[in-house]
Amino acid sequence: MAAVSVLQAPSGGFSFDNCARNSLLEAELGGKGQRLPAARKTGTTIAGVVFKDGVVLGADTRATEGMIVADKNCSKIHFISPNIYCCGAGTAADTDMTTQLISSNLELHSLSTGRLPRVATANRMLKQMLFRYQGYIGAALVLGGVDITGPHLYSIHPHGSTDKLPYVTMGSGSLAAMAVFEDKYKQDMEEAPEEMSVSGGVCVCLSAPTIWFSCVLTLLQEEEAKQLVRDAIAAGIYNDLGSGSNIDICVISKNKLDFLRPYDVANRKGNRYGRYKCEKGTTAVLTENVALLEIEVLDETVQTMDTS
Amino acid sequence: METGTARAPPPFWAGGPAPGQTYIPGWPGPAPAATVLPFTRTLSPMVTGTSVLGVKFDGGAIVAADMMGSYGSLARFRGISRLLKVNDTTMLGASGDYADFQYLSQVIDQMVIDEELLGDGHSYSPKAIHSWLTRVMYNRRSKINPLWNTVVIGGFYNGESFLGYVDMLGVAYEAPTLATGYGAYLAQPLMREVLEKKGSLTQEEARDLIERCMRILYYRDSRSFNRYEVAIATEKGVEVEGPLTLEANWDIAHLVSGFE
Repeated sequence: MAAVSVLQAPSGGFSFDNCARNSLLEAELGGKGQRLPAARKTGTTIAGVVFKDGVVLGADTRATEGMIVADKNCSKIHFISPNIYCCGAGTAADTDMTTQLISSNLELHSLSTGRLPRVATANRMLKQMLFRYQGYIGAALVLGGVDITGPHLYSIHPHGSTDKLPYVTMGSGSLAAMAVFEDKYKQDMEEAPEEMSVSGGVCVCLSAPTIWFSCVLTLLQEEEAKQLVRDAIAAGIYNDLGSGSNIDICVISKNKLDFLRPYDVANRKGNRYGRYKCEKGTTAVLTENVALLEIEVLDETVQTMDTS
Repeated sequence: METGTARAPPPFWAGGPAPGQTYIPGWPGPAPAATVLPFTRTLSPMVTGTSVLGVKFDGGAIVAADMMGSYGSLARFRGISRLLKVNDTTMLGASGDYADFQYLSQVIDQMVIDEELLGDGHSYSPKAIHSWLTRVMYNRRSKINPLWNTVVIGGFYNGESFLGYVDMLGVAYEAPTLATGYGAYLAQPLMREVLEKKGSLTQEEARDLIERCMRILYYRDSRSFNRYEVAIATEKGVEVEGPLTLEANWDIAHLVSGFE
């Protein structure tokens, strides 16, 4: 079954065209004393976890430009396909454009194969592109989704290396988030799910050891997984200066997709307690002088805004 | 064998007194600038220790550090103690250059002995040690010759627990939880979360928290080790427990195969 690829196969190797252009621009602007615009980085905490039926992806919502918060509520969980989503850390433009490109190519590929796209395919496409650009595309991604073979989670580094793991974190807050995962991930595997504990406390105690001794790995239940990812992103938000604002969560499983934005508004803007407006009359008016401006109306036109 | 020309015998020694000559040692000597080596300063640490963790609890403080001295990426010394019991109210743990820590330990131990000799009933409080160390570290850095350490000082004095941080630049502060090195990124978020949920901890809770954090450091810090010591300061005094070993959980290994 030769599937003729509708995609343009890229010519091999690294294209250095833009490097020459960039150095020219830098020299030109540097001479006049201007600086090239700083890359808007996401300075992020992103994380993903595999649970029993699927994956949970989480991200914070702060985008930084140097030391300033450029966007207080940006969306870092990007759509790849209806069953695959990708969190992006690093240079915001790079993560946006890369995920859009692969999403587009994957849709074409899926139409060509007539099948639901697989996470491994998205992984391959992303890593092959990032490797081709030798790390110059600053996109660090957490790719997760559910396909016919089950739930999968990958982390992809800017140079093109990938890791397939049960839990991953990326971004400047990745260490804080990973600390939460390392502390709680295995622990949750042994806990009985909350629904069962209501029916019989004794049953839960007895069943726990049997779950442990039988070699079936009881994976995280969905609510535990969501709470775990929320805690990991919160650790990044509160302990890393590059991450902040709210927590977005995306739960992907075989039958449903929950894109919860925001899942948790971790930082609310404070409310002002007083009115700071000075009423008219606060400053005494001593004299008032009204002068009419003589204007001759020559032409009147109406231009409609393109609000589409 | 030729008997004609007599060759002078080779000199018995070089650079020293000649027989029959007046000998003045070191005169005229080469120019001082050439012989005296330039005064070098600590450029980079050699044998280093990784993170030190500190937690305050109700009735005391805990300071913990693993027992490893790394020589770059080599796990050179796996049984060294990075904690120092100063006296019955104070303890400290240091990360960074181990030689500088040993020098510091020597100085502090001598100070404690001198104080005991005074016999005036006073002993150094943790705050006093922290204050003194801040000045020492700051003055060394101001001479561009730092003691390449980040020190966590813990103690219990006059019914109050103390936990302070001093680093090689002289940056000093006190906080309910402290961590140096990688601990600041990996352990501090966990410690802060626990302390924020419960305003104060009991000794067992603090001990448990430290163990969890040391385990995570062992998982994720490549210069750490699974053997560690814990120093606990309470009203009863300072107790250094160790060596304790951490058990790692590798159950997720079954879920990992390949990289894609």
